[in-house]
Amino acid sequence: MADKQRLVEAVRNTLFEEMQRDEGVVVYGQDVGRNGGVFRATQGLIDEYPNRVYDAPVAEAGIVGLGVGLAAYGFTPVPEIEFSGFMLQAFHQIQQHVARLRSRTRGELNCPMTIRAPYGGGIHALEHHSESFEAGYAHTPGLKVVVPSTPADAKGLLTTAIRDPDPVVFFEPTRLYRAFREEIPDGDHTVPLGEADVVQEGEDVTVVAWGAMRHRALDAAEDVDASVEVIDPRSIVPFDTETVLESIRKTGRCVVVHEAPKTGGMAAEIIARINDRALYYLETPVQRVTGYDVPYPLFAREDEYVPDEDRIRRGIERALSG
Amino acid sequence: MPRETVFEHSIDHVEVLAPDGSVDSELDPELSEDDLLEMYWTMKRSRRLDERAIALQRRGELGTYAPATGQEAAQVGSAHALADEDWMVTSFRESPAYLARETPPHMLLWYAMGMEEGAATPRESRNMPPSIPVGSQALHGAGLGWAQEIADESAASLVYFGDGATSEGDVYEATNLAGVFDAHTVFLCQNNQYAISVPRAQQTRAETLAQKAVAAGIEGVQVDGNDVLGTYAVVRDALESARDGNPVFVEALTYRRSLHTTSDDPSVYRKEEEEDEWETRDPIARFETYLRDRGVLDDDRISDVEASVEDELREEIRLANEGREAVDPEEMFDYVFEAKFPELERQRAAFRGENDGR
Repeated sequence: MADKQRLVEAVRNTLFEEMQRDEGVVVYGQDVGRNGGVFRATQGLIDEYPNRVYDAPVAEAGIVGLGVGLAAYGFTPVPEIEFSGFMLQAFHQIQQHVARLRSRTRGELNCPMTIRAPYGGGIHALEHHSESFEAGYAHTPGLKVVVPSTPADAKGLLTTAIRDPDPVVFFEPTRLYRAFREEIPDGDHTVPLGEADVVQEGEDVTVVAWGAMRHRALDAAEDVDASVEVIDPRSIVPFDTETVLESIRKTGRCVVVHEAPKTGGMAAEIIARINDRALYYLETPVQRVTGYDVPYPLFAREDEYVPDEDRIRRGIERALSG
Repeated sequence: MPRETVFEHSIDHVEVLAPDGSVDSELDPELSEDDLLEMYWTMKRSRRLDERAIALQRRGELGTYAPATGQEAAQVGSAHALADEDWMVTSFRESPAYLARETPPHMLLWYAMGMEEGAATPRESRNMPPSIPVGSQALHGAGLGWAQEIADESAASLVYFGDGATSEGDVYEATNLAGVFDAHTVFLCQNNQYAISVPRAQQTRAETLAQKAVAAGIEGVQVDGNDVLGTYAVVRDALESARDGNPVFVEALTYRRSLHTTSDDPSVYRKEEEEDEWETRDPIARFETYLRDRGVLDDDRISDVEASVEDELREEIRLANEGREAVDPEEMFDYVFEAKFPELERQRAAFRGENDGR
């Protein structure tokens, strides 16, 4: 029977199930063992699988770099980086090795690693705990980049990611870990990477948003006097361009929302793809509602930085005007 | 309360085969004649491959190449200690080690020709491809050694890096993590005295690089890296220790007698006297003296070895050129992901001229 779970519970249950299904899955990272992870995403895992769950020293490059060795050997490493802001300490390993082991060896060696990390703002954390750097990973050929926005998608996408032969960076929005419960489909629930979720159908304007922004976009859509289509891409790489283009060919208007800074963010890439292949369907310029080009502020200013419903609503209205 | 010493450590230095060709009988690993000849042959192949590769680069037929001349004993001695089931993880100057692990020379040339084909080491070979970012591969060696511990396999991983790499955080993390996770890893630091132009003395104030092991709580030992028997013996013992979950850091003292790479001019940062002095400690000359003294080698056998090396290289260079001519640029799209990928397929189609780049 399907039960209701929070996003963090869906992640945890997926890890249990995938470790049971495949004895090659190894889970490790800072505080993931005895402590069960700082967000409790790995709670109890070490009791069930003491020889495949490890507390690692504080060494992000090391955690990811060891995973390259585990993967080359034949394991499926699923490391947790405690906060995605500290994944930068491992970015060289990700960019230079994880993402290109397969192309470097012409497919002789794979790196089927799924790197999990809490992502995005909204929990009043310290500096460097709230960034959304998905564009940096998307700019790294050879990586898949996934951001679930609901408990069911977290389960379905993480299951797919762990089973995927390619490396996946799996960003879990901290704000959503415990935000709400949702029914998780029974059994082997998978969601393919690269298939967007049309969360809400509409005729007048398309809003593309992921992570915590998906939910704010839905709320904002309720406040505008128009029929709003909301699309959650669910994976940034591969990105379901076709679904977005199809929607724009119907609505003629588009808003892209993300928490990350504006310049060079994924919205810019999405707009470029729209320009390439659906420009003449547009009635108005595509609007961007994003974080600003400033370092993610300490939490006293965080609410002003992250797009809120009001900013998203105004973005939708700009797209609708003219 | 007086200050007390809570920890002391010392580092051993090992040399079995002295520069004059004499052997310490206590430490002699007592290899068979076949083993000795195989090591000699690999060292000679490697030295000659370097000469040919530099010539090919000067003629514009290769890209950047990093010669290992002078480091043949450190690499062949250590790689010869590996069993088939052991993993080898390399940096970018390990042609002698690859040759010792039966990688054909044309693959090494392919890599220097800018072809990924040269890094396509088959999984069964248990060789990792070359790693260019300095020291980053030490973590992969630690990860493989950890995998062997998790899998409870009686095998080890040998990871190569240079003296400059010990300044990188990744090397410290690798040794530390290997210790924590009982990784079956041997870290082989080839201290060839220079990180491009920066001498070892400017790399660290530490007296030896082997003592980098101390902070990680693993064993460290220094060996004369121009002594093929000593390097073999030390690494053989280190691999035995690693197979039981006790990683070891080995510093092989050697000298890069040639260029950092073909784009480097060592005359601006080192003196001829120094180069001349290291020439007297050359690993191949020393080994040859020993093998002659033992009666394993004489002028005729040396000529035979050299002729066979020439024959092999001629054929391997032919194979390398043949491969280069067959390069299909579109294959750059083939191996990025195992899965088909819509955006990448569009770009591939654009590459083929099948759409207008959109």
